Amino acid sequence: MDSMTLIAVASIITAGFTTSFGAIGPALAEGRAVATALTSLAQQPDASATITRTLFVGLAMIESTAIYCFVVSMIVIFANPFWNHAITQAAGK
Amino acid sequence: MRLSPDEMIFWQHGLFKLNATIVFTWGLMLVLVLGSMLVTRRLSTGHERSRWQNLLEIVVTGIEKQIEDVGLRQPRSYLGFLGTLFLFVAVASLFTVVPGYEPPTGSLSTTTALALCVLAAVPFFGIREQGLGGYLQSYIEPTPIMLPFNLISEVSRTLALAVRLFGNMMSGAMIIGILLSITPFLFPIVMTLLGLLTGMVQAYIFSILAAVYIAAATRTRTREAASEPEPQPEPDA
Repeated sequence: MDSMTLIAVASIITAGFTTSFGAIGPALAEGRAVATALTSLAQQPDASATITRTLFVGLAMIESTAIYCFVVSMIVIFANPFWNHAITQAAGK
Repeated sequence: MRLSPDEMIFWQHGLFKLNATIVFTWGLMLVLVLGSMLVTRRLSTGHERSRWQNLLEIVVTGIEKQIEDVGLRQPRSYLGFLGTLFLFVAVASLFTVVPGYEPPTGSLSTTTALALCVLAAVPFFGIREQGLGGYLQSYIEPTPIMLPFNLISEVSRTLALAVRLFGNMMSGAMIIGILLSITPFLFPIVMTLLGLLTGMVQAYIFSILAAVYIAAATRTRTREAASEPEPQPEPDA
């Protein structure tokens, strides 16, 4: 396997695994967050504005980690420096 | 596959590039400023008011109430900065319904610029409220050992602000672009709706996080000195 093929294979597999594993943790955490928020809403409906706002802020923070994984995947697929380097080397030969 | 509106270049002269990000940003600014100017030309304080003035009042009082809920006293002084952040990101996402439009917040340059504005605003408001010494003292709370961690957290939450907004906007645009080539007509419309929803939520999140960071920097620390003992009522003779 020459280096170009190796780079391509590694990039493709890594990009797939990055997004798939990176979405597991945030999904579980967001599920727990919403469940707890619903419980506390049922117990104290008067504080619904505060609870809802805090819930959204917390969800955004949790979502950020999934977004980081997604951005890394996108970079590996579309703006891969190793692939670009290999392409320019192959084109130069 | 276009990764960001930075790559759509309308006009180029040497080093200066007029790309879609700049054009759409200026378009949004034009719409916001002209719209507000047209609405506020004839303000009325009575019961009769135009619906546009009503809309602007709802928006402004809503933002002010949110700023107050976060814990910032005198929300009026922060309304300009935080309100602008929210309105820009929200309108940038709303205009996705216009065909041929790419949200400028889908470019890392725009979101980094907005995050840098927040990074500069936090010390500005903190020093304005606490004074230079009081603000710098917040970095060595609770112990001086935390100084490098506080500094790192400043940088990392700015980075998180930028990447969160960029990732959300870019993923929405990219998913719609991909789906347009696979299943035109129905599914992209549903994803555009989802993109609108996430755009609004992300606008809210961005401005609320900025408000929380500013509130953390302007929180009064002299709680023990500020509270004085209540004067005891005179007992009836």
